[in-house]
Amino acid sequence: MSSNTPVLEMRNVDKSFGPIDVLHDISLKVNEGEVLCLLGDNGAGKSTLIKTLSGVHQPTRGEMLMDGKPVSFNRPKDAQDMGIATVHQFGGTYPLMSVGRNFFAGAEPTKGFGPFRIFDRQKANKIAVEQVQKFGITRITDGDRLVGGLSGGERQSLAIARAVYFGARVLILDEPTAALGVKQAAHVLRIVNEAKRRGLAVIFITHQVMHAMAVGDHFAVLIRGAIAADFRKGDKSREEIADLMAGGESMADLEASIGV
Amino acid sequence: MDMIKHLMSRPFAASVVALVCVLIFYLFAGVDFGKLMGAASWLNYAARIGIVALPVCLLMISGEIDISIGAMIPAGAMTTAIISGHFGLPMVFGIMGALAVGVIVGTINGILAVRTTVPTLIITLATLVGMQGVVLAGSKLLTGSASVPLTAPDWAKTLFGQLMFGGSHQVIILWWALLAVVFWFILHISKYGNWIYAIGGDKESARNAGIPVNRMTIILFILTSTSAAFVGMCHAILFNSAQVSGGMNDIFNIIVSVVVGGVLLTGGLGTILGVFLGTLTFAIVNKGIDFTDIDRNWSNLIIGVMLLVAVAMNESFRKFAISAATGKKPAHKNTPKRALSTRSNAQ
Repeated sequence: MSSNTPVLEMRNVDKSFGPIDVLHDISLKVNEGEVLCLLGDNGAGKSTLIKTLSGVHQPTRGEMLMDGKPVSFNRPKDAQDMGIATVHQFGGTYPLMSVGRNFFAGAEPTKGFGPFRIFDRQKANKIAVEQVQKFGITRITDGDRLVGGLSGGERQSLAIARAVYFGARVLILDEPTAALGVKQAAHVLRIVNEAKRRGLAVIFITHQVMHAMAVGDHFAVLIRGAIAADFRKGDKSREEIADLMAGGESMADLEASIGV
Repeated sequence: MDMIKHLMSRPFAASVVALVCVLIFYLFAGVDFGKLMGAASWLNYAARIGIVALPVCLLMISGEIDISIGAMIPAGAMTTAIISGHFGLPMVFGIMGALAVGVIVGTINGILAVRTTVPTLIITLATLVGMQGVVLAGSKLLTGSASVPLTAPDWAKTLFGQLMFGGSHQVIILWWALLAVVFWFILHISKYGNWIYAIGGDKESARNAGIPVNRMTIILFILTSTSAAFVGMCHAILFNSAQVSGGMNDIFNIIVSVVVGGVLLTGGLGTILGVFLGTLTFAIVNKGIDFTDIDRNWSNLIIGVMLLVAVAMNESFRKFAISAATGKKPAHKNTPKRALSTRSNAQ
């Protein structure tokens, strides 16, 4: 496939819930090996947009294309089967389960026959540890370790490694760095870069401009359900982006409104 | 020391501690252990609640609860007695009927659980009360009485009731042991166990990972309900009759056994071995007290204390298990907490 065809594209998508319009006329695209940063304040419609991309919601109007062909997802499983993986803020990991069991939740390797098919713990642990280490998380060496004992960044990394292992082509990261400290966030950003290097299309949702600037190639700012700005890396400064996210108000406006 | 530490970080540790404490306590209370071990009363009782406790363990690990089991034990017994006793149909129909009632009520519970956002405690409270009414009214309507006699054929007695070894042990002890192995296989060896833990850990993530959460939940409710009906059926065959009863005691005794067995009330953690030991402990406290000079009414106090201690221990074991997994890096201990508080702010 040509690199000019976006892996995933949204064309003029609207989404409304009954009389309430949440998304208006959204057009987005993301290419292989590219990070699209979706910026927006709370309530801007980021969650609805992610859910539409990942098949939880269906667009009211407009179309979605994968590799240039129109697609429609009736449920999240459809999107997953097409290679769209969504990693949520808490990584979709289970604290009281081991690394190996987490990694393969829902896709367990088994051995044996018929009703006596058993979960292949050793294989699961081995693959999980290998995959996570490939992403640079060298502190995980024991697949039997409980995920609850890992740091937030490591849990995110585990979830991303999992998605990549299971053949994701588009990685939707929903605020992966929001709950993390500076060091942990850097960890996750490194993994985003690694995913990009491997040729994945990454949609990175955040409201932290710094994190977006660190990994993004392409930026879209969402305000009240519409794309307020769409630009490439280097087109705008950090301050401009921050102002855009605040709904077009500048810092000066904000200061004036709170009477500083 | 390392072995003890390893043991203490296992989810069934609470039940081992509880069992040891109870046995030590009974030792001081002057129990005749030879007599206690030879007695059938506590083992029969353990089997009665244990057969239901096994699927309840799975259900609670998945984060749900079923209290309608209390009504399902008498419902299973009455169905068997009405079909095969009152109407005189072959025993097979009575057995199938009891299990069918279990499957139907379990399906209703399961569907309500996945279709609504009502907590399953409330849903199954409704089916508990509803089934108590159905069983009593149905029995009065069909037989004119709240107690129905039943004469079971020999094969049924051998399979489900007949006292074995010529003593007073019941066949359900063997059923309990067999089912414990089956449930142990499901939870700890097969991939379905992984699904159950994942559902209890984070239902939304489990769904996203492609685990059929709704189907699993309905199946688990069918298992609890049908197991309860199975126990009721065995009792009807054993005692040659069935009575309408509330079954309130059974609910609490089963859930206490499961919790003492180390299953977390919030889901995500628990083992079959723990629940097996928890059930044994519960039965020994409840029935073993007859072998001491202590007034048997005190057994409830012991159970109350045991439950509180078990809940507290389960919580600390959960933390211990996670921190043991962290190894020597306590620096990250605060991460989950911080993550949680940020999440609530972000909403």
